[in-house]
Amino acid sequence: MDFSLTPEQEAFRTHVRSWLKANMPPEWSERLVASSDIPRPEAYELLRRWQRQLYEAGFIGLTWPKEYGGRSLTFMEEMILHEEMALAKAPPILNVLGVGMAGPTIIAYGSEAQKKRHLARILSCEEIWCQGYSEPNAGSDLASLQTRAVKDGEHFVVNGQKVWTSLAHVADWMMLLARTDPDAPRHKGITYFLLDMRSPGVTVKPLRQITGDPEFNEVFFDNVRVHESQVLGGVNNGWQVGLTTLMYERLALGFGLQVRLRIALDGLIEMARRMEKHGRVTTKDPLMRQKLAQLWIDTECLKLTGARAITRLLRGEMPGPEASTGKMGWVDTHQRLQEIAMEIQGPYAQLPRGSDWAVEGGLWQYSFLRSRANSIEGGTTEVQKNIIGERILGLPKG
Amino acid sequence: MDFGFSPEQEMLRATARKFLENECTSSYVRDRMIEPGGTTDEFWAKLAEQGWLGLIYPEEYGGSGLNFVDLTVLMEEMGRVVMPGPFFSTVLLGGLAILEAGSTEQKKQWLPKVATGQTKVALAWTEPNARWDAAGVTAAAKPANGGFVLSGTKLFVLDAHIADVLVVVARTTEGQQPERGVSLFLVPQGAAGLEVKLLPTMDQTRKLCEVALHDVRVPASALLGPKDGGWPPLGRVIERATVGLCAEMCGGAQKVLDLTVEYAKIRIAFGKPIGAYQGVKHKAADMLVDVENAKSLTYYAAWSVDENVPEAALAVSMAKAYASDAYRKVAGAGIQLHGGIGFTWEHDLHLYFKRAKSSELTFGDATYHRERVAQLINL
Repeated sequence: MDFSLTPEQEAFRTHVRSWLKANMPPEWSERLVASSDIPRPEAYELLRRWQRQLYEAGFIGLTWPKEYGGRSLTFMEEMILHEEMALAKAPPILNVLGVGMAGPTIIAYGSEAQKKRHLARILSCEEIWCQGYSEPNAGSDLASLQTRAVKDGEHFVVNGQKVWTSLAHVADWMMLLARTDPDAPRHKGITYFLLDMRSPGVTVKPLRQITGDPEFNEVFFDNVRVHESQVLGGVNNGWQVGLTTLMYERLALGFGLQVRLRIALDGLIEMARRMEKHGRVTTKDPLMRQKLAQLWIDTECLKLTGARAITRLLRGEMPGPEASTGKMGWVDTHQRLQEIAMEIQGPYAQLPRGSDWAVEGGLWQYSFLRSRANSIEGGTTEVQKNIIGERILGLPKG
Repeated sequence: MDFGFSPEQEMLRATARKFLENECTSSYVRDRMIEPGGTTDEFWAKLAEQGWLGLIYPEEYGGSGLNFVDLTVLMEEMGRVVMPGPFFSTVLLGGLAILEAGSTEQKKQWLPKVATGQTKVALAWTEPNARWDAAGVTAAAKPANGGFVLSGTKLFVLDAHIADVLVVVARTTEGQQPERGVSLFLVPQGAAGLEVKLLPTMDQTRKLCEVALHDVRVPASALLGPKDGGWPPLGRVIERATVGLCAEMCGGAQKVLDLTVEYAKIRIAFGKPIGAYQGVKHKAADMLVDVENAKSLTYYAAWSVDENVPEAALAVSMAKAYASDAYRKVAGAGIQLHGGIGFTWEHDLHLYFKRAKSSELTFGDATYHRERVAQLINL
């Protein structure tokens, strides 16, 4: 057991730290820092530029192969980078689904042409990606998806609908799961496509959510033609390919989520120091101290459990049980953090953005509402628990 | 960075698991529960033979010179079998106090004997006021005839009844700062005026005593470490012992999870193994999360005390806060998922449930340690 870094890793840390210090976008003000884990529309342009800047400095896709725009480094450097981003309260990247999911899946299953076409552009934010998995009748039960892709010469013709599609309104490409063999068993007739969002027949309709923001969308496919060269990982093999994406989602997005959680916790404690409750500073209230300390413990714990999982990867071992707990732990901690933000504000918590009396511009009201999605998106907590119960603990399927 | 165990540590784990599965069976544990001793001479000698009684002591004092990460591995395995007896009190409390506070002569005199199993040492620290801070130390040590006279009552003292010598924490100086003025004394069992009474305990695998000091006279040479300067080394002892305790709790919680998962696979209700039902499956998943997180924090705390990093105290309190809640919850859920059988005396689950409770309450529960975390992060 050893938490020290090699001289090369120390040098990398110093490099990241000084780069961040010199390059943090000035307009990423306190106002935007607050807490939110998902970029909001007004920040898209800034975040696009920010990702481009990170890419040019060589800080995106650290673990991706060099020949496709990455750095061929290890998860250690990835972890160091994210720790420094948390300390610097750096903005998130915009193409989070491309970098976290599409790219790694293309690296795993893509043809040489697909890798050359997409990977570097994903890193540089020239291609923003969205994820076309969920449908109105296929959420947790993803394998019941009904969007059809029918072979027609060298093309597939896609008809159907996706929903809850984050970033579809700005995305250039979609990871699309569609049914190519309706007669095969559910998991065997699905194909993974790389879909150009500008193809004729693709319609994106914003969907207003609990926060009032149209952050995600419905996407409709009306006889959309996709060339067969856009199939990823083979026809009718989409379930396998899609699962890989989800595995990467949990691993790679995990880093980013930890960063956002750390920044949110620091912001929360700062707010607690400024606010009074029953005539005394909130951080002096014994119950609030308990709650804040528990958040601190849980946040550190996520980082440490992640470090155990990374150690296994670096040693070339199979992921252990600790690798599967991250998403659930993050959801629980972040939702609780947002509830506590409301509790700290007391009656002021009722006032969102736009009210003269709103605390910190009403930012926490947004992130509080947004956090309700955490236990649904990327696999509901209930599904996560089934996965842990069945795959890790070996309990029988229901 | 490498946040995992070494091949040598994994070997220690395998050895310990095999040894304890053979030697520390359920019937062994239950026999010890109803006897005052809590261990047998034979079992104790075997622990010494394995080199475990001196595992963390330097080689010059008869130990193996291993560290707290190594100890964590061993303690997890001991927790897994709810091992009774004075290992924790002798090795991690009494013995460690001698190592942390004692002079070279005192260490040479006592530690090799601890390592070989000849001598058991208890730490008589807490009092009826049940405080964990320095102000809780009210037993008095007054100078007399070149030595000291000790008076007062110590409570919740682990294994004092079978210890050969006690490390008694007493106040030598009253003052505004309670941390100053605490001293440690070595008091042999049988000293005139020393009265040790074994108390019935809910967790029968842990033997707690009341230690009454009726003007116990000790020579100046009984002083362990500097006069009035006993609190800092004691703090180090408690910090380190707490890490060991957390490791034991992790091992116990893991075993409860293992037992519960096995049972959920074979117990049939409504025509299916109960583990197929989400009401059971989800609870088991929650247990796994609790166990894994408790381990992450405990392993980090063990590394922190080994390396003496500045945030070691914070790491220890984070681990104890988490493990206290986690073991209690996991043990409770284990009983719930077993149903009626889990509530019986015959089933071992109650041993874990009771150990979870006694461990939770030893050296501060989750609430106490969360407050410490709050202080250490400057809230």
